[in-house]
Amino acid sequence: MPAFDTPLIFDGGQDGRANRYVPAAPPLADLLPAALLRDELPLPDNTELDVVRHFTRLSQKTFGIDTVFYPLGSCTMKYNPRINDALANLPALRDLHPFVPDELAQGALAIMWELERSLASLFGMAAFSLNPAAGAHAELTALLIAKAFYKKKGDAGRTTVIVPDTAHGTNPASAAMVGYNVVSLASDERGRVSLDAIRAAAGADTAVCMMTNPNTLGLFEDQIHEIAAVVHAAGGLMYYDGANANALMGNSRPGDMGFDLMHLNLHKTFSIPHGGGGAGAGPVGVAAHLVPFLPVPVVRAAGHDEAGGRWPSDGLTFRLEFDRPDAVGTMRSFWSNFAHVVRALAYCYANGADGLARVSQLAVLNANYIRVAIRDLIDIPYDEINRHEFVASAQSIKRETGVRALDIGKALLDRGYHAPTVYFPLLVPECIMIEPTETESKETLDGFIGALREILIAARELPQSVLDAPVTTAVSRVDETRAARFPDLRWRPPGP
Amino acid sequence: MYTPHTARDVEEMLRAVGVTSLDELVRVPDAVAVKAPLDLVPQLSEIEIAARFDDFARATSAGAYLSFLGAGAYRHYVPPVIGALAMRGEFLTSYTPYQAEVSQGYLQAIYEWQTYVALLTGLDVANASVYDGATAVAEAAIVAINATGRRAVLVSQAVHPNYRAVLRTYAAGLDIAVDELPYGAAGNTDFSALERLLADQRYAAVIVQTPNFFGCIDAPPRAAVTAIKATQTLLIGVTAEALALAALATPASWGADIAAGEGQSFGNAVAYGGPHVGFLATTSEQLRRIPGRLVGRTVDRDGRTAYVLTLQAREQHIRRERATSNICTNQAHCALIATIYLAALGKTGLRDVAAHNLVQAAALRAAVTALDGYAPRFSAPVFNEFVLRVPGNAAATLAALRQRGIVGGLDLGRFYPELADCILMTATELTTAADIERLTAALAESAPEPGRGTIARI
Amino acid sequence: MAQPPGLLFSKDHEWVKLDGDVATIGITDYAQHSLGDIVYVELPRVGATLQQFAAIGVVESVKAVSDIFTPLGGDVLEINAAVESDASLVNREPFGGGWFYKLKLADDAEKNNLMSGADYDKLIAEG
Repeated sequence: MPAFDTPLIFDGGQDGRANRYVPAAPPLADLLPAALLRDELPLPDNTELDVVRHFTRLSQKTFGIDTVFYPLGSCTMKYNPRINDALANLPALRDLHPFVPDELAQGALAIMWELERSLASLFGMAAFSLNPAAGAHAELTALLIAKAFYKKKGDAGRTTVIVPDTAHGTNPASAAMVGYNVVSLASDERGRVSLDAIRAAAGADTAVCMMTNPNTLGLFEDQIHEIAAVVHAAGGLMYYDGANANALMGNSRPGDMGFDLMHLNLHKTFSIPHGGGGAGAGPVGVAAHLVPFLPVPVVRAAGHDEAGGRWPSDGLTFRLEFDRPDAVGTMRSFWSNFAHVVRALAYCYANGADGLARVSQLAVLNANYIRVAIRDLIDIPYDEINRHEFVASAQSIKRETGVRALDIGKALLDRGYHAPTVYFPLLVPECIMIEPTETESKETLDGFIGALREILIAARELPQSVLDAPVTTAVSRVDETRAARFPDLRWRPPGP
Repeated sequence: MYTPHTARDVEEMLRAVGVTSLDELVRVPDAVAVKAPLDLVPQLSEIEIAARFDDFARATSAGAYLSFLGAGAYRHYVPPVIGALAMRGEFLTSYTPYQAEVSQGYLQAIYEWQTYVALLTGLDVANASVYDGATAVAEAAIVAINATGRRAVLVSQAVHPNYRAVLRTYAAGLDIAVDELPYGAAGNTDFSALERLLADQRYAAVIVQTPNFFGCIDAPPRAAVTAIKATQTLLIGVTAEALALAALATPASWGADIAAGEGQSFGNAVAYGGPHVGFLATTSEQLRRIPGRLVGRTVDRDGRTAYVLTLQAREQHIRRERATSNICTNQAHCALIATIYLAALGKTGLRDVAAHNLVQAAALRAAVTALDGYAPRFSAPVFNEFVLRVPGNAAATLAALRQRGIVGGLDLGRFYPELADCILMTATELTTAADIERLTAALAESAPEPGRGTIARI
Repeated sequence: MAQPPGLLFSKDHEWVKLDGDVATIGITDYAQHSLGDIVYVELPRVGATLQQFAAIGVVESVKAVSDIFTPLGGDVLEINAAVESDASLVNREPFGGGWFYKLKLADDAEKNNLMSGADYDKLIAEG
């Protein structure tokens, strides 16, 4: 990885080097009164070559799936097929304005409808909304749906959200945004939610129980059906956090487990590129009794046999429906992260139902293959058949050598692998969470296993070599304390 | 698809794991096992997928129409260099840059985005982006709620209706009141009741948009800002057309404590609504209340300049239920596109594009309001869109234009019943003189006969 | 690990120094050590009225955040601006320059809910 310093774009640039993308224009001062205009615009003018070189160099100092393997637990860093980007970039779709009349957007609406319907079937929900922009946004949407549902029922006392201690950090944060309190549920010695624990927690104040299955330890909650029955008997709703949906497609459906609400992360399970942290997309699915509360707009189909119909052979027509009195409102400026809807539907086509089932099976196979290959060198707290991910603990390595989970991750960077997720879930000390995904070959996994074994051995024989890592990256370990104590969040023009 | 496993690989790997079949590996209790076949789209090869999407694209006929739509999503010229750089796999397929050592490039680009937003808005700090303009406004309102401890916000009716809708959705969750300020005859926010409304210090923030939803430049007058500051209310300045920031007085210059808005115009496609990119900037005073990710500049162990996600203790994965917001993603890739766009256009290019928008909007407005029966609805100065009053109703006029291959703009009756005879029309640097002529000719052809409009309105 | 003399302690690891009806409050050396590098301290506003043991501020380290529970109730007289601008003071001098705020006691009896240095030592030894 190139270690050369790349100056900020603001450090270069000279007046008079502008690119001629548009014809010369009159000065702004000729067009509007001075009082309405800004004084100056302190931005650099660069040649296009300056810009190309700057951002190309920045890209070279960045890992991506295209360059390295990401064993990143709970993040599902699978291959992002390029056909998906090409389709999202079709001019008719890319340049489609959200306010065009529905009759000029029939193809785009058909894409949304097909994806919604496919997801509903795949996960056992009555309907999906593509409105939320990301997973956390979808969680918020789902909790707003729950709140609206109870309000409509006149059930005012339900303000508690039950969240297992293996849950993602967004769950409690989302609960707080709808004014709900969080009750944390301790996992049992099997790393799962026990029936006793849920019986003790669920009650007349329970609004929602938020769970993921398999959970973030990579374990299937095998009593999920019974857990859901307990929550339902208490009058609560079951919410499925779809972060780990890559483990169970075509094999088991949240709807059949008893979940009333769920979200998916299209950027995880459905091969949307993560793009350095977004944009994502977070469809929300609901059981039949919650459909009226979905955010607007909703895509409605009309025509021959709309439920089982195909577009275009069955003459279906589509419209966006906004007037839904029980809806929670809308979550964003415009309808969906449509470019990602296109990508996700293309991915569904590339696989079909059988292909998606195989995706999940192979994701599980890859995870277990790594687990059994390293368990002689590191503790595996739940050493059983895991799903698409598993956790290891560097606790005893740390005790013996001072090498922490974080250090092991950093040492992987030097060997050309992204670090696994570390320190999550919180209940496993010095946690290392590994999720290889199904798109990685046996050779890649063998290479990764070799590198990880080498590091685990080095941790005991030459711990300093692990503590010093990484040494081949653009920078060495970063001073995060200084960054947080003295925030420098922007460049400033040199003073007068 | 996209799985590399040969039959032999699977066999060897199953043996290593100690199971005999893939089914055994993924076995679940019978009660929750999939039994019936799923109703999914059929599996297709890539060539068939491409053909299928060509069908979708053909059935999306809007591309064949001349369009004057804007209203929060704008088609601007995007130089090819933007896509060529942004679509590099290192950027496109990278994860959130938690591993700073292997993410220096992306982190620096986001630091540059934060700087661009700060320079464009005139404020001290900006975050790494939020979902879009509407959620930026909602998040800004939450900052104000947290800063003041008050439980209500006051928003201008000239703020984008979808932004107000999202604000109401978020407010319902948080049990916050949302009250509105009307718009006045000129198309600006009517601040006449402001002082009275603020007197009991009930509002955490006053939210205005400029250019507002009607295209009118709508920075609050000095007296309004004085009343806002005097009651320790925060002023949130919204921008749905980020390009306007290159030309108009900055939110900081007229007193905004927070600037929130939509950055799609900077190189991002309209894409039927997303993904777009929200921006959020504020004063140093509110630094610790900014939601979402922030990139900071620091040093590495060897003293070299390094970038890192910072102030993470504010965020959901640390604070959990005490976080400033539940927001987890930023729109990193959209923000990257915007950053490359801003770098490529530069000061000169941005000013030129802004000037072309002003010129074309003025030309369009002059041309259509010269027609008999058509008039500007509002008198305030505009940036690149304006409200046209038509004879009869807007829906009928737009339908007639559609017959002639033109999407004439947005029917304002959809959001403002009292403006059912009004169209919001937009011009950008991509609008040509020929486009304007085509529109005016079509309007002249489709105009109701003299008198008929009047009869229809009785 | 003897505590400085003359202070009172809460089970939430805050210390109190009483001077008549004015209390100076901070967090203990044990607390700063467990939190690691402290990067930011959010303090109550001058003039605010605090109830004993209410969460009235936060201490942030790089990757954790903890509430400050005021060990005594009363009106805030003064806050330590120095720790607001450089939180590392709390790590360096938890009992000195790293103090948080001073308040005018609401009820002298509240101090009976606090413990001595010796008892606090016992608490953290059990920790």
